[in-house]
Parts: sequence; structure tokens; C-alpha cells
Amino acid sequence: MPPAVEMRAVDKRFGSVHANQAVDLTVARGHIHGLIGENGAGKSTLMSILYGFYTADSGEILIGGRPTPIPDSHAAIAAGIAMVHQHFMLIDTMSVLENVMLGVEGGSLLSRHTETARADLRRLARDYGLEVDPDALVGSLPVGAQQRVEILKALHRGAEILILDEPTGVLTPQEAADLFRVLGALRAQGKTVLLVTHKLREIMAITDRVSVMRAGRMVGHRDTAATSPAELGELMIGRKLAASLDKVAIVPGATLLEVDGLSVRDAAGVERVRRVSFSVHGGEVVGIAGVSGNGQAELMEALAGMRPVSAGVIRVGGQPATGASPAAMRRMGLAHVPEDRLRTGLVPSFSARESAMLGYQDTPAYGHGAMLDWPAIDRHTRGLMQGFDVRPALPRLRTANFSGGNQQKLILAREVERRPRVLLVGQPTRGVDIGGIDFIHRRILAMRETGSAVLLVSVELDEILRLSDRILVMSGGEIVGEVRPDEADERRLGLMMAGIAA
Amino acid sequence: MSSPAAPLPWWADYAVLPLMNLLLALLLAALVVLATGSSPLDAMAALVRGAFGSGEAIGYTLYYVTDMIFAGLAVAVAFHAGLFNIGVEGQAYIGGLGAALVCLNLPTLPGWLLAPLAIAAAALFGAGWAWIPAWLQARRGSHIVITTIMFNFIAYSLMVYLLVNVLIAPGQMSPETPPFTPAAALPSMQSLAAGIGLTLAQTPLNAAFLLAIACLLLVWGVIWHTRWGYALRVVGASPRAALYAGIEPGRQVILAMLFSGALAGGIAANEVLGAQHKLLIGFTSGYGFTGIAVALMGRNHPVGILLAAILFGALYQGGAEMAFDLPNVSSDLVIAIQGLVILTTGGMAFLLRPLLVRVLGRA
Repeated sequence: MPPAVEMRAVDKRFGSVHANQAVDLTVARGHIHGLIGENGAGKSTLMSILYGFYTADSGEILIGGRPTPIPDSHAAIAAGIAMVHQHFMLIDTMSVLENVMLGVEGGSLLSRHTETARADLRRLARDYGLEVDPDALVGSLPVGAQQRVEILKALHRGAEILILDEPTGVLTPQEAADLFRVLGALRAQGKTVLLVTHKLREIMAITDRVSVMRAGRMVGHRDTAATSPAELGELMIGRKLAASLDKVAIVPGATLLEVDGLSVRDAAGVERVRRVSFSVHGGEVVGIAGVSGNGQAELMEALAGMRPVSAGVIRVGGQPATGASPAAMRRMGLAHVPEDRLRTGLVPSFSARESAMLGYQDTPAYGHGAMLDWPAIDRHTRGLMQGFDVRPALPRLRTANFSGGNQQKLILAREVERRPRVLLVGQPTRGVDIGGIDFIHRRILAMRETGSAVLLVSVELDEILRLSDRILVMSGGEIVGEVRPDEADERRLGLMMAGIAA
Repeated sequence: MSSPAAPLPWWADYAVLPLMNLLLALLLAALVVLATGSSPLDAMAALVRGAFGSGEAIGYTLYYVTDMIFAGLAVAVAFHAGLFNIGVEGQAYIGGLGAALVCLNLPTLPGWLLAPLAIAAAALFGAGWAWIPAWLQARRGSHIVITTIMFNFIAYSLMVYLLVNVLIAPGQMSPETPPFTPAAALPSMQSLAAGIGLTLAQTPLNAAFLLAIACLLLVWGVIWHTRWGYALRVVGASPRAALYAGIEPGRQVILAMLFSGALAGGIAANEVLGAQHKLLIGFTSGYGFTGIAVALMGRNHPVGILLAAILFGALYQGGAEMAFDLPNVSSDLVIAIQGLVILTTGGMAFLLRPLLVRVLGRA
């Protein structure tokens, strides 16, 4: 039997980034095939090519043994390929049934197809254990159920090959277990599943075979039963983590950030951070590990002054800072690299020099009185760009025209140049290419060496393990434990992140 | 390749595309004129002659351009802060009240003091009228599009009441104030020109035109060269980035609307102080609404606003002449033509862009 998917020598460049280099991938029919690699290894690019979102510069795709060009997602769907994206493509205000039917209504009158779709949903629920109330509004469903709707959409369209992109990133452990049960049922019915992830645990738990990518290349294929997390981890990272970054031993200095009993509620009144207490000393990187959505983002925003505090105390450099505005926090020597680069940390439609002064627009060096001194700002921006290797070093280029890594370097340059006492860093390398990741990591460690207190939030365990002097684990808005990186491993942290005792 | 978002050279976006839109509007207008039984070429000639054919025509055109500049700037300033100020019309109207109150109550002041004071009052009243919706938006979350539209109606009603019952000149039928003291009038352009030895035709064009040009420069300087303008643009471009940067969005909303309303007051300076020398019902004639099209077509930049204001001023003046010259062309048709221009340059501004991308991409 020919393989379900065969990709041969697929090559793709984005400008100077060689995202996929002669990548081969063979996926057997009826298998769950894992595709792992670090962020930026090229997994998503490869899958986007298979799904027709990008076209490869060269290479060939065979579906069921037949060469099949996939210029767009229509062609992918026609070839029986469907993708469940990390961010769901659902309409919150429509029912499950309406979402599933969307785009395949089969005519201008809905009533006829509604009944067939409803029957199809019943069949899919029976066959795969995909139980969702067809009349529930999608917006009212928990995340796990929304993901089931995405899978139902794919199956209703007759998908034989299902691509899941980081499907567990947004799920609770219970929901993830449900998902794996569904994937097992899909495999039993002869469907082919491509699971894209960077979590070794998931690969080991569910896949039949696994392919590993690193820096745009395919570095190995293994039968899951014949490999180990250690082997996969080494393939994925390609080097010993601890050896790659020389961390200077530093005796922690004074307490520069102190958080005591901090609670934060969101706009709906839900308590997202619960009585959190910790402190960060000068010369220390404290990492907060956790599954995304467990209160880390709200904690960071509260510390940066962007979100009201409902209880507890914040002290920056020993001074009380609870409830201070973002501007006041900056004046106290707190800098913030926010996790959402494009919506918060920069203004995409502004020139780079305008983004490079965001938050520091009142700095005397940027003008005289009320006026701005653009030549001075230009010089300043060019200095930041040279110091942090931002390319191209053009202060007047639109911020949106820089790559993710260069945007992040510009933000980091802006936030560290005033030697803050406290540096908050959220997801510093999300969407950043490999070279950029290393650079950013080194700069964060440089801040530690010059005596700043660094608080790092990341969903990348590798990153946390690599940079932190101490690791706090957050789950359900609480800090559920603290470990030292030398005694932490993925398994132990994973259990803590899932809220299971350390 | 023909994606509407595909990049084009700046000159294509800022010059070629607007010109293509304008030509499309004129083409559509030609069809309408043809349908009424007149020659489109005659109509076009009459329009251009009416707008630019004589010193008098140019004077009238620039008089309308003055209103368009103020209205366009008022809309643009609010737009940079992410606000759609539909209330320029009402703000200009109330601005006129401010100017009139100063002129009627302080008639003994010398002209060099009275006229600037009246202009300041127009700006202050315009800003004050904009402040209420601004405060409601910033502090109570009432949507500024809705409130500014509503405040136009409130301004209309208030002014009708005041002009019919309170400010009306005693013993007269039409609802308008008595004429202001001549000292309050802004100097006309022909008197200013006479001062430097030039003879200009008798038109309502007055010193408010120079004020409008100064405001173009002022807005350019404030929006792109001050810390305040920067903060205002951050709020308009990304409210979350503003929060992050320690810029309070509510404060910027209020300040931007105050600036916008003050600019709207410039229309009152041109009309009430420059041309009419009294306050009368409906002197704003919809300029505040045309300002939305001017700002849209001018891409909210002073240079673009100047060009768009000249276009719309010419349409106002030339259109009136065209209706006068051609028996089959009514003044309603002139409004239809203006509507077509607004449609193609504003509402459908990107209709022809994919075509342009294709043509330039091939070259």
C-alpha cells in the first residue's frame, strides 16, 4: 500500500531564512505520525506547504502514491487533507452544527443539508467518541470541545489525513487525554494523523512513528517503540543544552522584585492569579513555567502596571509599587518585554524609530520640551539596531516589515538599554528563528550578569531550563512549586504544570 | 499578484490611484450628464470655468476651500487618535455661536483685539461641543460615532431655538443676529491684497484662508513632531500598545477631540466672521460632513487635505456655475456629482488598486 503522504526534497525560503531544506517525509496510512522540533525548526512551514498555505520552492508531494500539486487549501481539502490549527478557525456566535456546515452547505437552501449534517455528526460522535452538542454555541464551549468541533469539521469534509498543529498547547491535561483517545479512534478507523508538537511526552504516548526536524532540516525518522525521549531530545536540540550557554555563577544581590499574596482578576471578574508570592534578586533569572493560559500573562501584566491588582503587594527595588501605572513602573526601573509583540510591544504600522521609543516617548533625549527631535531619535534607533544586530538597520522602515526575530531584538534593545533594575520577559522567542533565539538568550543572560532581576515567562520548557536560576511552576493561577534547573527535568516539570503534585 | 494589499510605490498610492479614482468619478458623472441630454464636455468646461475661469471664480473657490481645509483637518486629527468625529458640522455650528457672542457683547473693543478674540471663542466653543462626546467616550464608553452624530442634531435644535427666540435681531423676520460691528469682521482678501498694491475681484475670500493654511502647518507639526502627537497616534494605532507605553488612552481621546472641535471652529471663523458678519441659521451648509470625504481622500495628511479641499472647493463653486450655465443641469445634479466623487475617492478608494498593481507589476 502506498504511503498516505510522501514529501520529497521540499525546499522553502523566506527571504534570507531557509525554512525547509530538502525535507523528506513519509507517513504511512493509518498511522499517527509525530513531527517534532524546536520552535522555528520548520515544522509549521512544512505542514503549511502540505496544506497549501505556502507553495514549496521545489520538491514534490505525493498523496496516496500519486503526485499531487497543492497550490492552495482547496486542493488540499480535495486531496483529503485537513488541518486543525493551533488557533481555531471557528465562529463563536454560531452553533456547532452551523460551524461544521460552513462552506459545505451544498446549495442555497440550508434545511436539506442541515439534516444530513446532523446525521453525519451523530455518526462521527459514535465512531470516534467526538461528543459535542450540535446546537451549542461554539463561543460557550470549553477549549477542548472547540477543538473537537475543528476535528468534526475536517471529518465532515471527508478528510483522510488530519494535521494537528500543537493541539495540546491550549488544553488542560484532562482535555489532552480526551484528544489522544479521539486520535486513537481515528487511527483505528484507518485515518492518518500528523501530529506537530514539541512535547516529547505526547510523541511517546500516542505516535507510531516520529520525524524530527532541526533548523529547517529533517534530522531523523524513528519508530516510536524503538526510541526514547532522550534520543529524540538530542536529535531535536542537537547539542547539550547546559554546555551551549556558559552561565557565570553569580551570588544573588538585593531583592529587586517582591510579590506578596498577589491576586489578579480579569475583566469578567474571574480570578486569574491567586495569592502568588515570590521574589527575584539582582543577578538572578527566575523562570515561570506553565501551560499557556494558567495566569502567567495576567501576572506579567499586573507587574507591569497594565492590569489592576485585586489583592496583594508588589515592591520594585524595595519601594511599594502596587497599583502603579506602567509609566510609574518604568520610572522605578522596571522594563517589560511583553509576550504579544505585535499588539503590545510595538506598533506595526509605525516606523521602526517610532516603535523604538514606545514607552520612552517622554525621555528628554528624544526632543526639546514638547517637540520631538527626529534626527536624535534616528541616531538613537540606529545605535539600538547596531547593538542588537537588528536587520535591516533602517530606522524609518515600517515595523511590520521586520521579521519576528528582528522585531523582538528591537524591543529587547529598547527595554534593556536603560539598565532596568527589574526586567520582565514574556515568551521572548515565540516566532523567532534559531539564530535569533540564541542571540536573545545571551542578551537576557547578560542582563543577569549586570545585576538586573529578570523574571521570565515562557511556555518553552527548554528556554526556562536554559536561562533560569530558579524555576517557579504556575498552574491554575497559583505557583504550585519551585525547582532548581539542575534538579528539574521535563517529566517532573510537566507533572507540576499539569497540576499534579511535584 | 492582484491582491489589494500588495505593495505599490508611494507615488502610485498617493498620486496615481487618487487621480484614477477622480477620473472614474468624472466618467460616471459624464454618463449622468449625458442622460439628462446635455453634453458632458460642455458641462465639464462650465465646471472648470466656474471654478477657475476668472479672478472672481478663483476667489469663490478658495473661500470654499477654506471651509474644506478646516473640516478635513478636524476629521483627520480625530482620526489619528482612532476616533471618527462625525460631529464637525455641529462643532462648527456651535463655534459660530461663540464667535457671535463675543462680537455682540463686546462691540466696543478695537478690531485687532475683537477679531482674534472671536476666533478664539469659535475654537473654544467648537472644542467644548466636542468635549462632551469625547468625555462620554473616554470615561463612559459611549461610542463617539453615535454621540457626535446625535450632537449635530442637538446643535441644530439649540441654534434654531437661540436664533428664533434669543439672538434674533429685533423687528425682523429671518432668524439671524443683527450684523456685527464692522471692527469684528476678518479682513477680506481684496483689502489685504490692496495693502500690498494688488487688485483682486470682490469675493467672500478673507483672512480665514490664511488661518486655514497656518492650521495645515500646525496640524502637521503637532501630529508628527510633538510628543503629544506621538502619544495620540499610538492610541489611534494600537490602544494596547498605548496602555503598555504608559499613555492613558482616555486622556488622549479627550485632547484629540478638543483639538478637532477647535479646528471645526475655523469654519465659523470663515463663514460668520469672514463672510456673513452675522450669525444665521444653517451657515455650516454641510461642510462638516464633506470634511469626512476631504480627510479620507487626503489620507489624513495636511498635504493630501489641501489637495482634496481644492478639489471639493472647486466642485462646490464650479458646480454652482455649471447649474447656472446649462439649462438641463440642475443644482441637484451637482450634488450627485459631488456624491460620485466622494464614492470613488472615499468609499471605493481601493476599487481600482488591484488593476494598478497588475499594470505596475507587469512593467
